[in-house]
Amino acid sequence: MAGSDILSPAKPRWLLAELTYRCPLQCPYCSNPVDYTRHTDELDTDDWLGVLTDARALGAVQLGFSGGEPLVRRDLAVLVRHARQLGYYSNLITSGYGMTEAKVAELKEAGLDHIQISIQSPEKLLNDQLAGTESFEHKQKVARLVKKYGYPMVLCVVIHRQNIHQMQAILEMAMELNADYLELANTQYYGWAHLNRDQLLPSRRQLKEAEAMAQSYKERLKGTMKIYYVVPDLYEDRPKACMNGWGTTFLTIAPDGVALPCHAARELPGLDFPNVRDTSIEDIWLHSKAFNKFRGFNWMKEPCRSCPEKVKDFGGCRCQAYLYTGDMSQADPVCSLSPHHDKITQVIDAASALSGRATSKPLVFRNPKNSRAFRPS
Amino acid sequence: MALDPKSPLSFSPLHRLQWEEAQQRYVILYPEGMVELNPTAAEILKLCDGTHTLEDIVAELEEKFETTGLRKDIFELLEAALANGWIRHSFPR
Repeated sequence: MAGSDILSPAKPRWLLAELTYRCPLQCPYCSNPVDYTRHTDELDTDDWLGVLTDARALGAVQLGFSGGEPLVRRDLAVLVRHARQLGYYSNLITSGYGMTEAKVAELKEAGLDHIQISIQSPEKLLNDQLAGTESFEHKQKVARLVKKYGYPMVLCVVIHRQNIHQMQAILEMAMELNADYLELANTQYYGWAHLNRDQLLPSRRQLKEAEAMAQSYKERLKGTMKIYYVVPDLYEDRPKACMNGWGTTFLTIAPDGVALPCHAARELPGLDFPNVRDTSIEDIWLHSKAFNKFRGFNWMKEPCRSCPEKVKDFGGCRCQAYLYTGDMSQADPVCSLSPHHDKITQVIDAASALSGRATSKPLVFRNPKNSRAFRPS
Repeated sequence: MALDPKSPLSFSPLHRLQWEEAQQRYVILYPEGMVELNPTAAEILKLCDGTHTLEDIVAELEEKFETTGLRKDIFELLEAALANGWIRHSFPR
């Protein structure tokens, strides 16, 4: 039984096409790699058309066009049209910045299924401050256009210490904009969010209050607006089933063609992730070392190896194991059974000691200047 | 919303019902999610095309599979589908 799942891995269901790392916004919790300015050699239109075709043939059906800001790609409508012809369900994951009514209409006609708009805060001042760009009114306008053209509208608000006290206003804003779905995404601490973690991580008390508020609206809004609540995994007792298991469901293609089992995995060292420029998608998914590295259970160490819950959580997140223990084969330290769990407890205690106050450390905004500071000399 | 047996049902414009060759089954697709359907559920939901009522669907499937007594199962599935927003009444009152 052991390892048998590696011989015939499940086929991908999800393709995340990160079309570009370019973005007019500067959110300090961005999930892109902090050294993203090192990877500027973007795939061209034909490369992407090939990626879409090949991943679809392998079984992918949900498609996310993401970034960076995917709207900065001039060929977006061409890619959307191809995706529709192939039978994908395509999701545009955007800040809304740069969207016009003509573009909304063009993408609809090309066959785009859904648009997700992120709003930083229901308050203009904080929204524009977090985005590093004046964008609040424009985002609201785009949200209304999305409804007007008959798309399902998903509003995404990333939650952290700077906006968690606005939970009620966030819910009211989503109702006012007639969102079909509201994604309350507690920050996952990778990339820029990891860098800014001490300034962003809420306390347990703050999270409890915010979750109770979201829960009460969830009951009330049954049948009109669905609320997705992304759990703040650092506060859980057991790790998340990250990516539904490494290399089982998700395939991410980064702007420069690097294939990843998860969009955050790029920060794992030494895995030598393959590139669609030199290897076929099928070969990458089935045979690459990187995609096979954490499939099945044989790679696991204790306490995961003998744990009955390994079939449920797959040992949690490899990036989190690496970030906190320096060893990506360890159990996700979020797990209270992990010998490194104290590292998470320390982080949580520090957040609680601040009890919602700001730290004196300023946020590091995600922009080219700050990114270049992470470029090895 | 309760299921009205006499009102035609249509598939939600915010969802897509589609045959998936790779999975050899029908799936429902929606923002960032997917439900995989068993063959029976797919047969029922395919008939939510804006013309069939619950009673029509029961009659059509009982005839197709040369059986009776399907009403209860079909009713339950459609009620769940309505609650999930996969289908809706074509003429909401």
